[in-house]
Amino acid sequence: MAAPDAPAAARPQPRPAGPRGRPPRKKGTSAAMLLIAPSIVFMTLLFGWPMVSGILQAFGGPEGLTTANFTRMTQDPYFWSSVGNTLLLIVVMIPIQFVLALAMALLIRAKPKGSSAYFYIWAIPLAVSDLAAGLVWLTVFTDRGYLNSLLASFGLEPVSWLAYDNYASMFMAVLIAEVWRATSLVFVIVVAGLQSIPKDYEEAAGVFGAGFWDRLWHVTLPLLRPSLQTALILRTILAFQTFAVALALTGQNFPLVVGETYRWYTGLQDANVASALALVVMTVSMITAIGYLKLLKDQSEAPR
Amino acid sequence: MADISIKGLHKTYPGSTELATNNVSLEVAEGEFMVLLGPSGCGKTTLLRMVAGLDFPDEGSISIGGRDVTYLPPQDRNLSMVFQSYAVFPHRKVRTNIGFGLVMKKVPRDEIERKVAWAADLLQLTPYLDRYPAQLSGGQRQRVAVARAIVMDADVLLMDEPLSNLDALLRLDFRAELKKIVQQLGSTTLYVTHDQVEAMSLSDRVAVMKKGQIAQLGHPITVYEEPADRFVGGFIGSPPMNFLEGRVTQQGALEVAGQSTDAPEFLAHTARTGGLPVMVGIRAENIYLEQRGIPGTLDATVEVVEPLGHATLLTVDLGGQTIKVQVASTVRVSSGERVGLRFDQSAIRFFDTETQLGLTA
Ligand SMILES: Nc1ncnc2c1ncn2[C@@H]1O[C@H](COP(=O)(O)OP(=O)(O)O)[C@@H](O)[C@H]1O
Ligand SMILES: [Mg+2]
Repeated sequence: MAAPDAPAAARPQPRPAGPRGRPPRKKGTSAAMLLIAPSIVFMTLLFGWPMVSGILQAFGGPEGLTTANFTRMTQDPYFWSSVGNTLLLIVVMIPIQFVLALAMALLIRAKPKGSSAYFYIWAIPLAVSDLAAGLVWLTVFTDRGYLNSLLASFGLEPVSWLAYDNYASMFMAVLIAEVWRATSLVFVIVVAGLQSIPKDYEEAAGVFGAGFWDRLWHVTLPLLRPSLQTALILRTILAFQTFAVALALTGQNFPLVVGETYRWYTGLQDANVASALALVVMTVSMITAIGYLKLLKDQSEAPR
Repeated sequence: MADISIKGLHKTYPGSTELATNNVSLEVAEGEFMVLLGPSGCGKTTLLRMVAGLDFPDEGSISIGGRDVTYLPPQDRNLSMVFQSYAVFPHRKVRTNIGFGLVMKKVPRDEIERKVAWAADLLQLTPYLDRYPAQLSGGQRQRVAVARAIVMDADVLLMDEPLSNLDALLRLDFRAELKKIVQQLGSTTLYVTHDQVEAMSLSDRVAVMKKGQIAQLGHPITVYEEPADRFVGGFIGSPPMNFLEGRVTQQGALEVAGQSTDAPEFLAHTARTGGLPVMVGIRAENIYLEQRGIPGTLDATVEVVEPLGHATLLTVDLGGQTIKVQVASTVRVSSGERVGLRFDQSAIRFFDTETQLGLTA
């Protein structure tokens, strides 16, 4: 650094890294702090605080902290069946939804005539609330619903699809309604993900001898991994929270965990046990999300 | 190995009214190195994609080794390709990228390893075999794309500007290397480039394309020396061919810029009945500098002198028309100097002023 004037060189603390070496960095961090401050405040108020109070409530009792709420929760006759139902629903539903969403998205990528129309039609359920979806499907599956009318028109006996003693058909009804309602979320995410993948990769794979399934397995799916991961996390967490559809279709006959939370809170008026249930759902959701992130880690990103 | 036979290919992209390829026919012999040369947007990639099966023509047919493949998907054509965009798989390491086609062909693992090592060595990629494409430079990625194509031993090798992203020195090296590799492989090669030097140096034959059509097909030297039309002469060569407006007089003399020299016999014949306007084409290196006033030379004035090292390029004003003249670097001239130009009679080409097509005997 050539200092034309002596005083500059004689200063006790020169600035060796150029005239603007350090100050901007400090300014940068404080600016960053300022910028994220509002969101920190909002997160604390709207997310952190309710969570803390929820946790406290879950462990709260008349004589201070206790695990009695959890005991009451597990001893409730509906609890384990709601857990079983929720898990069964997730395990069966999520693969179906992903296969369907992927198939629809690939179909749109192949650009048949009217593919943009398909996109909008398939995305419509995204805008339908879960309770409304449940009510729509209720008109199909209820004793005098469309399905039974259809059967009658073929001269067949009506079936009580949603009856308590008809578990399989009840489960199928909830499954179909949920698949119809919530596949579109996965679909939209997958379509967006596919759009960001240039066609060249699949074309190159084809030129080098890969047929449809090889291209899907070796090229499209790996490149789609980030989108699939996002969709999987979102969809699974939301699936843990399924409840309105089952409630509309079956009432209490097909209990789900979040439905139980609702019942404890409004029906049984016990906010503590409801909180305990909510805490269980949250913990399981978080563990699942972390599990997915670990499981589906993108190797090509890792070593960078 | 197989020959490629392309017949009457028409292709219009959806939403476009212009033909991307317009009635292209081309025969590439077995083991031949054919270069498609043309300016950007002339339909080279489109033609290559149809040979690869990535796009289908609206009309016409393609057969490889006598088998009609016009509407076959790419995986059933036994070819390999270097994409203009590289299309190197970002989620796979260089090693598995290069071996991709072999894995698809279910080649035994040890043979794959051997071939990948061979190709990596050839393209100087060995140190990068365990990297992901994101960790490579553009030129390295392009080499991965080339390596992936050459390990395939395919009947047909398609290359879309495979050297475009290498720096000048590397490109020079790889051009020679590529020529050697392809000769060894013996694949029938269709090579796309917009670089005329590349086309000249690599090809057995070159097809010069213009607006979706083949303007000229021939050996590179023929195309260089005897361009079929003005476009080809203007596209190939650096500097491009000079074009001068001229006239063949009734007396059989060639008049250029108000000065006259002898016209070739075949033109003189046709002009007997009256003056014939022609476009005169001559390359910069076929014009010689002389003293002014020597019979048979044209008076001109030097405007710009550009020493290039191996030669000196002059921009010369010839009766109001500007042309380029290339002289030996030992020649001393300065701008503003008035000189005489002598055209190498055997190198002069003539073009129709209307159709722009070359005129020959
Ligand atoms: N996918 C496409 N859709 C519409 N037009 C295209 C498409 N690809 C290329 N074209 C047009 O077709 C013509 C030929 O393109 P291309 O074959 O890529 O040229 P080149 O490879 O010679 O530069 C250009 O005018 C280009 O704009
Ligand atoms: Mg191109």
